[in-house]
Amino acid sequence: MKDFKDSAAREKVPFWLDPKKRAILFQLMTFAMVGLLAYYLTSNTLINLEKQSIATGFSFLQKESSFEIGESLIPYSAANTYARALLVGALNTIKVAFIGIVLTIILGTIIGMARLSTNWLLSKLAAIYIEFMQDIPILLQLFFWYAIFYETLPSSQEALNPGAGIYLSNRGVAFTIPEPHPAHLYMLLAFLVGCVIVYLIRRWARKRQEKTGQIFPVFLVSMGILVGFPLLTWWVLGAPLKMNVPKLGGFNFEGGLTVSPEFIALLLGLVLYTAAFVAEVVRAGIQSVSKGQREAAMSIGLRPVPVLNLVILPQALRVIVPPLTSQMLNLTKNSSLAVAIGYPDFVSVANTTINQTGQSIEGVALIMAVYLFFSLSTSVFMNWYNKRVALVER
Amino acid sequence: MKVFKCFTMVLMLLAVGSMAVAGTLDEVRAKGVVTAGVNPGVAGFSMPDEKGVWKGLDVDTAKAIAAAVFGDVNKVKYVALTAVQRLPALQSKEVDVLCRNTTATLTRETVNGLNFVHPNYYDGQGFLISNKKKVKTAKGLKGATVCTLPGTTTEMNAADYFRKNAMPWKPVVIESNAELNKAFFAGRCDVLTSDASQLAAVRSVAPNPDDYIILPEIISKEPLAPAVRHGDDQWYDIVNWTVMALIEAEELGITSSNVDEMLKSTDPQIQRFLGVNPGFGKALGLDEKWAYNIIKQVGNYGEIFDRNVGPKTPLKLDRGLNNLWTKGGLMYAIPFR
Repeated sequence: MKDFKDSAAREKVPFWLDPKKRAILFQLMTFAMVGLLAYYLTSNTLINLEKQSIATGFSFLQKESSFEIGESLIPYSAANTYARALLVGALNTIKVAFIGIVLTIILGTIIGMARLSTNWLLSKLAAIYIEFMQDIPILLQLFFWYAIFYETLPSSQEALNPGAGIYLSNRGVAFTIPEPHPAHLYMLLAFLVGCVIVYLIRRWARKRQEKTGQIFPVFLVSMGILVGFPLLTWWVLGAPLKMNVPKLGGFNFEGGLTVSPEFIALLLGLVLYTAAFVAEVVRAGIQSVSKGQREAAMSIGLRPVPVLNLVILPQALRVIVPPLTSQMLNLTKNSSLAVAIGYPDFVSVANTTINQTGQSIEGVALIMAVYLFFSLSTSVFMNWYNKRVALVER
Repeated sequence: MKVFKCFTMVLMLLAVGSMAVAGTLDEVRAKGVVTAGVNPGVAGFSMPDEKGVWKGLDVDTAKAIAAAVFGDVNKVKYVALTAVQRLPALQSKEVDVLCRNTTATLTRETVNGLNFVHPNYYDGQGFLISNKKKVKTAKGLKGATVCTLPGTTTEMNAADYFRKNAMPWKPVVIESNAELNKAFFAGRCDVLTSDASQLAAVRSVAPNPDDYIILPEIISKEPLAPAVRHGDDQWYDIVNWTVMALIEAEELGITSSNVDEMLKSTDPQIQRFLGVNPGFGKALGLDEKWAYNIIKQVGNYGEIFDRNVGPKTPLKLDRGLNNLWTKGGLMYAIPFR
């Protein structure tokens, strides 16, 4: 053994025959090539743009945008900067992506469960839905929902009134909302306090169950706290009941809360399309849990709901979460199709910005950066969640 | 997918090497065609007919350039570009010239590195509205929902107009012309705003054209002009003087039908213009017959206007500002001397 070591040390291996050093060398070379390529592209572009006297840089962000945006979560007018316009667009994308993801998971789970149902009709209906929705391109679906909205619904003058304070027209859905009142802020605070208390109760209940085996009705008590606290606050602060009812102004409804046809069409299209994929993911996840697990759980006397909650789901989630993440990313990225039906998402606003400033390289770079940010943050969150549900090996 | 197209153009911008800049004219001659960026579909300006043949005022302008360079109107390759794609397409050399109802503006001529030649259509932005709304003036549009195309000067003009008059409004911005028109006709918006010529084109394809009126206010100046890249003066001259030749021919009374007789004219101005007395062709780097070829194969500006957008077409547009300067319009060719 000793001899071998000595001979190895004596016989110097040239570095190109040493796999470790060679690997490092190759990696350095690749890195240098990528770096050089990036440098070449950037410098070359700058030279070319300079030659054609096309402006470069991000200073345009501070200029006045002078265009209006149809809907916005923050106050915005044409007098604001491009930076703010782009922020409005990004928030609109987040709005539709967030609501879309929540609804998609709910709908996808329901359809996935229905697909596995022993009820023949229910299961076949779910199968048809999945096949149908998966096979039609999302862009066509968006056009379809948008067209349905403006073609079938009446003008705002003849708006449908399906329930008290709700008006349906081709200008969107106008809702009655409570008039702003300071009490609302306190109600929100009460809700947050409720959340903290529910969290503490859950911990306490679990510990008690581990010690004594007694089960505490956590769900009912939690719901009571989450609903009751804000209601109580509202009542204590004088129960303000003033409502902001939408009224027909010159052209459109004024007051209340109006949800635009573009948003509804985009949301519907994204949710119905992605839910079909999520349903398949959920079905695959549940089917991956072997039958024996369910039978074993039943045989020790658990009822169907605890069987699902305590035995099937924790194992199914391990299979479900990774592909679910990719579906959520798909939904976010597909939301950029909004430009086709006039919803002012980030791409739409960035397009207008590119055209008015003529700085397409910066604009496209911003679009890429923003979507990369959305996707990475979704991934980070889902990976964290995946770690939580993943198999803990002991 | 629009984004991807834009993205590829950006990549092309990146890739246009530091190679020595050959003149656009030489490149065009080497390729054998003039590559022209046109609108995918505005009736009267550029739109393929049922046989797929491009027709319109902008298309005829592109043909005139091909006639000047090659003596053959068919040597044009049309590239349909959306409003958002058009400037990058020209910058990245995907097209040699942009004949795509594009408004000449300060920003586009400076920051975007383009040069606009003499306008081939003087336009202004207006509002198209249904009779049923009972609105007679743009001042009555308070609170209206307005349909518009993205990435156009229109978007900014509308914002300026409503801001100046302190009227609230709501834009609905849809990328494709077809989708935008459908949404407007179905009542998603109260008004459609665009250049008046385009509104006339939209109205001509409405389910019932008589139900719509164009409001009297014209809220902006829109000189629509062909555009070329910065930095190639010869190519700029060729495109510019092609448009000038169309106007000059109308002024001189030369049409596609009488151009052969005019070759025998004793008027020295006409002799110089048609290359009977040579000089202009050489100055531009073209054949001496360049102007003759344009008029013979495409016609003069008046013919182009009447054929595509004039009173006898579905667009029913008056000459108005686009008449010759001698008839109260703005079409004024710099002297051919």
